[in-house]
Amino acid sequence: MAKANMRPDKNPMPSQDPKVRARNFDEVALGYTEEMALDEAMRCLNCKNMPCVAGCPVNVHIPEFIQKIRECDFEGAYQVIYRTSSLPAVCGRVCPQETQCEAKCVRGIKGEPVGIGRLERFVADWHNAHSDSAVSVPESNGHRVAVVGSGPAGLTCAGDLARLGYKVTVFEAFHTAGGVIVYGIPEFRLPKAIVRREVENLKAMGVEVETNVVIGKTLTVDELFAEGFEAVFIGTGAGLPNFMNIPGESLKGVYSANEFLTRSNLMKAYRENSETPIMRGGCVAVVGGGNVAMDAARTALRLGAEKVYIVYRRSMEELPARREEVEHAEEEGIEFHLLCNPVEILGYENPENSRDPKNGFVTGIRCIRMELGEPDERGRRRPVPVEGSEFTLNVDTVIMAIGTSPNPLIKSTTEGLEVNRKGGIVVEEATGATSRRGVFAGGDAVTGAATVISAMGAGKTAAAAIHDYIQNP
Amino acid sequence: MYSIISRQQLNPTVVSMEIHAPLVARKAQPGQFIILRVHEEGERIPLTVAGTDPEQGTVRIIFQIVGATTKLLGEKKAGESISDFVGPLGRATETEGLKKVCIVGGGVGCAIAMPVAQKLASQGCEVTSIIGFRNRDLVILEEEFKACSAKTILMTDDGSCGRQGNVTVPLKELLEQGERFDRIFAIGPLVMMKFTVAAAKPFGTPVTVSMNPVMIDGTGMCGGCRMTLNRNGEKVVQFACVDGPEFDGYEVDFDEAMSRGRMYADFERHAYEETCNLLNKEVQ
Repeated sequence: MAKANMRPDKNPMPSQDPKVRARNFDEVALGYTEEMALDEAMRCLNCKNMPCVAGCPVNVHIPEFIQKIRECDFEGAYQVIYRTSSLPAVCGRVCPQETQCEAKCVRGIKGEPVGIGRLERFVADWHNAHSDSAVSVPESNGHRVAVVGSGPAGLTCAGDLARLGYKVTVFEAFHTAGGVIVYGIPEFRLPKAIVRREVENLKAMGVEVETNVVIGKTLTVDELFAEGFEAVFIGTGAGLPNFMNIPGESLKGVYSANEFLTRSNLMKAYRENSETPIMRGGCVAVVGGGNVAMDAARTALRLGAEKVYIVYRRSMEELPARREEVEHAEEEGIEFHLLCNPVEILGYENPENSRDPKNGFVTGIRCIRMELGEPDERGRRRPVPVEGSEFTLNVDTVIMAIGTSPNPLIKSTTEGLEVNRKGGIVVEEATGATSRRGVFAGGDAVTGAATVISAMGAGKTAAAAIHDYIQNP
Repeated sequence: MYSIISRQQLNPTVVSMEIHAPLVARKAQPGQFIILRVHEEGERIPLTVAGTDPEQGTVRIIFQIVGATTKLLGEKKAGESISDFVGPLGRATETEGLKKVCIVGGGVGCAIAMPVAQKLASQGCEVTSIIGFRNRDLVILEEEFKACSAKTILMTDDGSCGRQGNVTVPLKELLEQGERFDRIFAIGPLVMMKFTVAAAKPFGTPVTVSMNPVMIDGTGMCGGCRMTLNRNGEKVVQFACVDGPEFDGYEVDFDEAMSRGRMYADFERHAYEETCNLLNKEVQ
């Protein structure tokens, strides 16, 4: 075997120039070339105990696929990943590798870990560009399973079950399949053509996708069983947006991140001729510090905002978004107002004219400075307001990106489905089994807002458990 | 795709359609709504269900052509289809135990009020219907209301048909004459619902109103339809799509709802004009 490349840093990801990309919706990261991929693959030490695999929620056989890259067998590398992950092109882009596989990489002890995510993306893109091999349709085992929600958890569960020969029907409330990877994650981070292709692959394997069906409304879980489905997987995500309950949140120009991103991503409001409206331009404040906040801020910028602020109550150290996303946002010119918390959103009111069309639109956001106090129960230092430190940011749009709660629609129409205090569906962790026989669940509907890959891991776990449940009744 | 089974022009700007959507038809109840997209690149708009035929698998919608999307929808003919139609969403009207009600409908809101009136009548409830329109050319569903109501009062703003005045005039008269209703259902423009609540207030009659705010998904996900309720002195935020669309009229902040309804006024006017221009070109 060729000697490993011992350079301490990983091959940088080629990206669009920040000034240019801040005004377009094309993908930011451009992907490795073959040369870069081969060079990066040579950095892998091919450790016998494979610590990286243990860091992957879906157990991708990482050293094995990297070995295939070294052999220039890119399709072979893809097949290794595809054995355990149904969405390689998606994961290569949006997984937080730095806290998962790459966090365990031995090369990370002295220097940077192997760029596993970048290699995964390279392999998936190579496959999508070069492979014309038709998806093989597994032999049917005659059993039917319903999957509710077509996000990462649902698609993974459906894919794994389809490979085992199950006849799977996926029900999606929206008009397009993909869930959060379609409505939530912007085009510049995850082109929608990639998601479409993954969904088409599933359909080619025999998975049926029924859009425009709201389980809990159009059909209930009980009706799915009555129709002959033997098991049901619920992967409905964490739907309901949280607000701060401060004055002014009902003013025109205040969005939840869900609404703002859905308008832009799913409804294509970023296109000039879109039939779906969205507020563009002006100054924008995004409240929150997660990946969703970064996505909203960078979307606002691309929609033509003059200035975009992130308002976050803790410091950069506690900011939960991926480092890479924060760096991208900073490069593009997003301004971070850290240790600040909104206390009120201000609106225009013409005292002379109650019919002034400008009335009721946002004019600013009033914030208070914070300092970090004692650590809370999760060990994060609790932010405490600094008395008398209020200040106003003049903005036209405010986007609340402070988290979501699970959607109660299914729970309220499914008898015997236990949920926790926060509304998340209670499951047995090892199987995803809920309190209702034959009903399994996973992803944000169980955990509250988390990552694409952890939802995929849960979909995978549940698929195995559903297989076991149906085969060994 | 969802086929348009029939199309009927009720007045110059209001159209009734029956859409083939068997799953929705089987479930939808008065008070609930659907969301549709006319075509693949279209906007999602909510419309309250105006009736269903579960056997035929059809859902009736009645809408006024007010913007780009309703303009495009209105151009569709029977036999054509629309790309998306999802529902039923929201909560159904609570009609249980009501013995005597007043239905107050304004304009195209009458289309939503009608199935509520019909359901109440079918449960043996005595229905008084007050329906109002701008002028005689815009009157819709008069016969349907008469068929299910003990008393139907038709109002027009200009007096060209029925009595002149707005719907709160006869409502006040009835209440002042000592008529007592278990509940009033007010469905129509926000300002009409606001003044219906004001008219009922001195008599303490409960009022249910049906809200139709901006929304995208209709399942609680976007929060665009949020509205502030004043409940026992406290401000409570609820989502019209999952908590409504019907609310206790005394709790609704109508001024806020009216303001929020105008968020995209400029965009909508522009989009409507563009669509009209486009359609006119096609005609030429």
